[in-house]
Amino acid sequence: MSNQEKHWEKSRGLLFITLAIWFVFSIGIFLFGAEMNEVTGPFGYPWTYWFTCQGSLGAFVILIFWFANRQEKIDEEFGFSEREDE
Amino acid sequence: MIKGKFIDNLPKVYGIYTGGFLAFIIIMAIGEQMGMSKYAIGVCFVAFTIFIYALIGWLSRTAQADAYYVAGRQVPTVFNGMATAADWMSGASFVAMAGGIYFKGYGYMALLVGWTGGYVLVASLLAPYLRKFGCYTVPDFIGTRYGGNLARFSAVVVLTVASFTYVTAQINATGTIASVALDIEFQYAVYIGLISILLCSMLGGMRGVTWTQVAQYIVLIIAYLLPVFWISNKMGAGFFPHFMLADEVARIAELESQFGLGTVKNAAADLATVPKGLAGITKAHSAVNATPWAFISLALAMMMGTASLPHVMMRYFTTPSVKAARKSVGWSLFFIFLLYSSAPMLATLSKLSLIDPNLSTGIIGKTFAEVEAIDWYQNWNQANLMFISDFNGNGTLELNEFFMGGKAVVLATPEIAGLPYVISGLVAAGGMAAAMSTADGLILAIANAISHDVYYKIIDPKAETAKRLVVARVLLVVIGFAGATIAAMEIQGILGSVIWAFDFAMSGLFFPLVLGVWWKRANRQGAIAGMLGGLAAGTWYLVWVRTGGSGFLGITQLTFGIFGSAVSLVAMVVVSLITAEPDKATQKMVDDVRVPSGKTILGKSH
Repeated sequence: MSNQEKHWEKSRGLLFITLAIWFVFSIGIFLFGAEMNEVTGPFGYPWTYWFTCQGSLGAFVILIFWFANRQEKIDEEFGFSEREDE
Repeated sequence: MIKGKFIDNLPKVYGIYTGGFLAFIIIMAIGEQMGMSKYAIGVCFVAFTIFIYALIGWLSRTAQADAYYVAGRQVPTVFNGMATAADWMSGASFVAMAGGIYFKGYGYMALLVGWTGGYVLVASLLAPYLRKFGCYTVPDFIGTRYGGNLARFSAVVVLTVASFTYVTAQINATGTIASVALDIEFQYAVYIGLISILLCSMLGGMRGVTWTQVAQYIVLIIAYLLPVFWISNKMGAGFFPHFMLADEVARIAELESQFGLGTVKNAAADLATVPKGLAGITKAHSAVNATPWAFISLALAMMMGTASLPHVMMRYFTTPSVKAARKSVGWSLFFIFLLYSSAPMLATLSKLSLIDPNLSTGIIGKTFAEVEAIDWYQNWNQANLMFISDFNGNGTLELNEFFMGGKAVVLATPEIAGLPYVISGLVAAGGMAAAMSTADGLILAIANAISHDVYYKIIDPKAETAKRLVVARVLLVVIGFAGATIAAMEIQGILGSVIWAFDFAMSGLFFPLVLGVWWKRANRQGAIAGMLGGLAAGTWYLVWVRTGGSGFLGITQLTFGIFGSAVSLVAMVVVSLITAEPDKATQKMVDDVRVPSGKTILGKSH
């Protein structure tokens, strides 16, 4: 397998992990919205209510930065990262 | 004070700008104390901010194609994040969102999740790859990746349908705010809004829009957060509302059951006397009031729409590198998060201010004579945004006897909570900034697609830069006026048309864009089938449901993009597989897009 194929395989792996986490916070939680809202969650808000207001939103922000850093590491590993003067 | 290139001095320039804006707010506050009229304060806020945007637009004028189309590809990560956030947060986010949460609660908050979660798709599936591609517009990517004028043209069609639906709503919003703040007729205010919008984008194209959008973000975020923090502190609910309103949320639930929410029902004859567009509180504030599918389908439609809307995607063409494009998506969402996570807090504070009898601002339980004597009630009642009526004839105001327009939650809460009027002026300027920045991004997306992809790439490939940019500017004005004319007719509400725009975009563009990067086998025939098939199917479903069709699988007129994009996916895969695979050059192109380093696929100036 060429360098480029390996790079793409790893990038694709990262994509699947990212989308799996995305799925949990955008869809997974809300499959059980009614049940989870009975429980008191972070800062004393009901769980589901908190996730729709803040939790999922914040998780997406963190997820994107995490993804960007991981992808940069992968690019560096295979020598595909951009030079600053490009 | 400022030496060297503008780009190197951005933090300083916008630091001074923010300081200047805060000083302006303080001057207005002093003016209010000295007896300046409410009307004068409103006019000053709107006029002063529009003047600044126009100035930035004029300073950013350019005659170069890459500056006009992609701001010279040198917008730093964080600033591009702010510009995208302003581009993204429209009049709907600013003016209507808190109101929607106030009235509809959980089911409505699917929009919060959808309009943020979509950025994960943007960052991981599309933005970095399209940046590597080096395109000027979204159809530029489609046209080059799949080849052929028909593919390019189909993308322009989808883009125009989606963006145009969206932009009329934004021009409508600028008109609404301008008509309230400047006290003129809506039909004329729409055109004042339009001229302000064009001032920012006409001379500098993407470069002008970028730097005005950063300025607009600063205004809109101050205008949204300041009242939220102020009210929370004034009410004693906590100095950092986002972490401290759990007691208030619980208190609302307690009051709801005390006032008989859900058990006391209004008679149809009584409801008929309520002015159009106003609503009472009928849904519990923090309860789960939607089925999982209703919530998830709306969130999913908004997420896929986010990843297909061209005015957002083209912001990531302006970053210096692929790496910067990825980071920039993160910053965009961070800046959006600041406002979106505050909207439910504003809805909570607003509701409690109005309904808690223990607070001096609460009106439920007061007599009708008392409420009718309140200054702000008279104003907003006159503006057709508030209404009370003694249905049961007992003389005191009950929860089910109070009605309000959705916009009032953002626009009137500062006044209700007893904040000085200067804050209301600030909120008007913020709403104007939100609507203008989105309208600018959208009009530019349409005009650029038509001037670059239809005129230059299809009609006259030999046109010189100067001529291309003249065509682009003429189109900008024409599209702007077309949008304003339709906005002045007031066909549909702001929020409804915004949601439709997302559905149109995802129906036609989501899979052709994503598969263009992630599936090498995708070819021209498949992409064309996907774009046109998806758009046609989505539009058919919308028309069918609007004309009394029953719909299926719980897909409503707000989520028709789910059906449209499913058709698009199937059409694209099937047609791609039964036709020949793309040639070697195209496959090589896809390989190159997947690698961040090296030259862009399209040249610096093309």
